[in-house]
Amino acid sequence: MTKLLPMNRRNFLQASAAGLAAGAVPGLIGSPAAAQTALTIGFIYVGPKDDYGYNQAHAEGAAVIKKMPGITLVEEENVPETVDVQKTMESMINLDGATLLFPTSFGYFDPHMLAMAAKYPKVQFRHCGGLWTEGKHPANTGSYFGYIGQGQYLNGIAAGYASKSKKIGFVAAKPIPQVVQNINSFLLGARSVDPTITCQVIFTGEWSLAVKEAEATNALIDQGADVITCHVDSPKVVVETAAGRGAFVCGYHANQSALAKDKYLTGAEWAWGNVYTNFIKAAQSGGKLGNFVRGGLKDGFVKMSPLGPAVSAEGRKKFEATLAEIMSGKFSVFKGPIKDNKGNVVVTAGKSFAEDAIELESMGYLVEGVVGSTS
Amino acid sequence: MEDTGIGLWGVPLAIFAGAIRVSTPFIFVSLGETITERSGRINLGLEGTLVFGAMTAYAVAVMTGSPTLGVLAAMATGAIFGTIHGWICKWPKVNDIAIGIAMMQFGLGLAFFLGKSFIQPVAPKLPSIPLGGWSATLQVQAALNINVLFFIGAALALFLWWAFRNTRIGLTLRVVGDSTDAARAMGINPDRVRLLATAVGGSLAAIGGAYLSLYYPGSWNEGISSGQGLMAVALVIFARWNPIGCFLAALLFGGAGALGPALQSVGVTQGYYLFYAAPYVLTLIILIATSSPTRSLAGAPGALSLTK
Repeated sequence: MTKLLPMNRRNFLQASAAGLAAGAVPGLIGSPAAAQTALTIGFIYVGPKDDYGYNQAHAEGAAVIKKMPGITLVEEENVPETVDVQKTMESMINLDGATLLFPTSFGYFDPHMLAMAAKYPKVQFRHCGGLWTEGKHPANTGSYFGYIGQGQYLNGIAAGYASKSKKIGFVAAKPIPQVVQNINSFLLGARSVDPTITCQVIFTGEWSLAVKEAEATNALIDQGADVITCHVDSPKVVVETAAGRGAFVCGYHANQSALAKDKYLTGAEWAWGNVYTNFIKAAQSGGKLGNFVRGGLKDGFVKMSPLGPAVSAEGRKKFEATLAEIMSGKFSVFKGPIKDNKGNVVVTAGKSFAEDAIELESMGYLVEGVVGSTS
Repeated sequence: MEDTGIGLWGVPLAIFAGAIRVSTPFIFVSLGETITERSGRINLGLEGTLVFGAMTAYAVAVMTGSPTLGVLAAMATGAIFGTIHGWICKWPKVNDIAIGIAMMQFGLGLAFFLGKSFIQPVAPKLPSIPLGGWSATLQVQAALNINVLFFIGAALALFLWWAFRNTRIGLTLRVVGDSTDAARAMGINPDRVRLLATAVGGSLAAIGGAYLSLYYPGSWNEGISSGQGLMAVALVIFARWNPIGCFLAALLFGGAGALGPALQSVGVTQGYYLFYAAPYVLTLIILIATSSPTRSLAGAPGALSLTK
């Protein structure tokens, strides 16, 4: 690792900051230090942290741990998924003395976070959404995520009761497994109400493209979709455009009911505060931080927005019954037989995946009834 | 058929509606830039002005409750940005392209900084004129909900086209743009004309920003423009410095941009990344088709630093 080169600015900063950090932070892992050890935690967001969406959900979680004693929080927003995020991580580690980093965007994982983890083996990295694999990825890294697909399934139930045209719409950013699983869950939820419902999906190709998201929403509604949900970083534009056109809306990431008023049915929201609190408690008490942390509605990783006034009594009943089943841990969204929208059987009859099934995290197919394509 | 899908008709309808909805910022920025470039100066910083205008309009609309005041405030800030650009560029040996890029970064940075607290609040929107009452189809009605700024942009394009040829101000602008020396010989102060032209250009670009944040998509966040201001500057060259050309080019861009989502909505879902590239492919094709190895760019102002 050490190269025989003249000392440059970065090496100098690194060396001097490492000294400082060592003094300030008495070991994160395995140290039997008392609870409330002083810790500096770094949060990195891909967009603005008040976007009514993905980044806001994380920033709200970060705000929860900021109140815990002994915690210093350093945050940086609008960090692109490029080598820029490596520079941000280096500066958080070297200049701020952060020993636990939460790079929260999907594209930060490989290669950026992995490169930094190899370079700074004493720093802990926990990534949101990545698929951490034992043996393949360094031990000082890990990933956490919530099974929000169940939330989209519940969104689908509300949508199934609200839809008159039997067509619902989904504005999606990129065809990665988590997005695809949300699309499928949304449709399966709606089909549990009425098996003739179809879901039209439009991929915008980027996490945040306001004009294209508005165009996609309009195009879906022009084709008769009357309930819209989305998986983009900031659902604000989709929610406002859809409600403005008179369509019902199911929220995502955070509670957008203020934007859609009585058109808001419900929404699948993150509850990252609980997740981060657990990580920090483990770190402060010298315990081991999980490398692969997952949870759903029943674990408090995900929550649902309160049902809106447009949800019928019948819809409310089914919604609550399903929610109760999910909370008991016995519910499974992906129950065979399921075909993809090209006619291939993807889940055989009799097989069902629990919410934590690893197969679901590499989902690449759209189920029958979804009109769209991942490429 | 009532309030269900309209099938394949959705594609031409979306292109038509998209052309109107998406084009307005392009119209205003490119018209503003046409005025500036006709005076012999390039302002590449309009992306910054656009975003700052979007932020100002949204912030003022939130605070006062009046979207009209928001648009006026945006125009004022746009004029200030243009004036700064024009003032710096009047000094000898200052490169207007470099200043433009600096002003773009400055505008973006300042807008993000000042706009932080306005991402969450909801601003009142600019009103639109419902022209689709004759149609029983909801989709057509929605497509014909047209914002008043679009009509102002269209009228402005016609007016500028006429004014460049037929008014004293238009002639002065063109003289300054074609030959600084000739303008001086005529007793015109080229610096002052360019300063005013850049200020007016900035002011128009900021209206484009106000449309983005107050009408479509109608929200302020840091990714609201994603490069539309830069595209609009390129449109001016594409439209050969002709205001009516700018208007048509903006419509073309808006319509082509709507193609991707519309095709996916009718089930043409393969290769959507390719459809998203449609506006740029179209631009390339038209530029190649209209290029000539024997003559230089028709309509280019002679004193423009691009042509030097």
